[in-house]
Amino acid sequence: MAMTVELPALEQADAIAPRSAPTARLRRYARPALGLLLPVGLALIWELIVWFGWSSGRLVPPPSKLFATIVELARGGELTRHVAATLTRVVAGFGLGVVAGTVLGAISGYWGLARRLLDPTVQALRAIPSIAWVPLFILWLGIFETSKVALIAVGVFFPVYLGVMGAILSVDRKIVEVGRIFRLSGPAMIRRILLPAVLPAYVVALRVGLGLGWMFVVAAEFMGASEGLGYLLIDGQQLGKPAQILAAIVIFAILGKTTDWLIEIASAPLLRWQDAFGGHGGGH
Amino acid sequence: MLALDRLGKIYPNGVNALARFSAEIRLGEIAAVIGGSGCGKSTLLRAIAGLDRATSGTVTLDDIAISAPHAKIGIIFQEPRLLPWLSVADNIGFGVSDLPASIRREKVARALSRVGLADKANAWPRELSGGQAQRVAIARALVPQPEVLLLDEPFSALDAFTRRDLQDHLLDLWADTRPTLVMVTHDVDEAVVLADRVLVMRPRPGRLFDEITINLARPRDRNSPHFDNFKRRVLTALDRSLDRSVPDRDAKSTAGEAMWW
Repeated sequence: MAMTVELPALEQADAIAPRSAPTARLRRYARPALGLLLPVGLALIWELIVWFGWSSGRLVPPPSKLFATIVELARGGELTRHVAATLTRVVAGFGLGVVAGTVLGAISGYWGLARRLLDPTVQALRAIPSIAWVPLFILWLGIFETSKVALIAVGVFFPVYLGVMGAILSVDRKIVEVGRIFRLSGPAMIRRILLPAVLPAYVVALRVGLGLGWMFVVAAEFMGASEGLGYLLIDGQQLGKPAQILAAIVIFAILGKTTDWLIEIASAPLLRWQDAFGGHGGGH
Repeated sequence: MLALDRLGKIYPNGVNALARFSAEIRLGEIAAVIGGSGCGKSTLLRAIAGLDRATSGTVTLDDIAISAPHAKIGIIFQEPRLLPWLSVADNIGFGVSDLPASIRREKVARALSRVGLADKANAWPRELSGGQAQRVAIARALVPQPEVLLLDEPFSALDAFTRRDLQDHLLDLWADTRPTLVMVTHDVDEAVVLADRVLVMRPRPGRLFDEITINLARPRDRNSPHFDNFKRRVLTALDRSLDRSVPDRDAKSTAGEAMWW
């Protein structure tokens, strides 16, 4: 499938010289490897600079120190606790945001009257930077979990709402007509025409929402948490431990990419029919 | 029999697209509706299909009034309109999903081989050429065995060679169960090669202008003088339909008769 996406480049290569199968496989793996060259190279150079003592590496710790910090955190069981706290918040907030965004987005997309009633308000709320809700959420919901989950849910809600509504509105009228010709009932029309038609855009909306969820969990954990990766960031800043900050950032990156990949993997079998969704070819 | 009685359609924006259109189309007849752009051909077809209700007049099929899509009426659009998330086989079986799976599979397999796409059963629609996709659309419309099949410029988006190929193929398929075909087209050649009767419409508001019966045996030779004769008659009727000085329904097609026979 990835081949389809990258066809022009492959054709070009073929035009220059016919390649044997092993070379083609090499090229397939060489491509992502090329992207790794810059970060890995920079990390190596920095490691060497600190190794030779040209820099103390106190504010920007070398990769080896970073890994040592992660291992140390993991060994004490602390890392699991922080990751679990952050993941729980993201999952809860993401779940709430997705449910609310999907339900309201579907209602707005499906019924014109509901859209005219609901959408202006949602659009107005969307214009407010979500972080601005933080003081209010803390007043209303307290400093603990509820306000954090609420903030993440708000962040996830908007892209999912907009994605679902937009997807339903842009379903091809001509395809809907095929459903009418075969006299599909309302539920059958939704199940057999609308759902498959909106699925690609929905997956994109989920992925955007998840990205925002990870962004907002950091903001939420900045507002006074005693555990979580965001807490590790603040703690590292206050105690002057840049390695701990970088460790938390790296773990954020890994978790963010992994959860995004999980959505991609889960939706891949349903989107096989699409041109753009070929393995890891699409969506980046 | 498909009976159209004084069909009229005025769109909400005030456009008078169709006025007092009456025709009776026998079971198994192939009728081609032809006319200049904006003459209400597609409006007429959509009213027969029950997709857009006529604002006046009635469509009846075997004494059943049609006001919504009906199981006995199938339609093929200008575009294949395949569902991109279903395989070719599932697209063809889309209209018979209430049948037991084994019967459905058998019907789909037969239709697939009948349109010459047995090897494409598991392909995705995006992997098909334009002509193949339209074959799938034809198969999908025919699998529920409609009594009336409507075609809205079904081959106009295809290249000339594929179009001829599919015209012949359509006749071939039609011969299996002989449904009534009502086909909207702007291609005179297509109308004369396929139809038993050509209905010429004139625009603003769309109405019936002339009827020409094509009593040529099938298969028709596109190069025979008879074929050319009919083509010229249809073309003349079309020209006259666009000439505002010619009154409506001028002693039904005798003008054409006098000129060419």
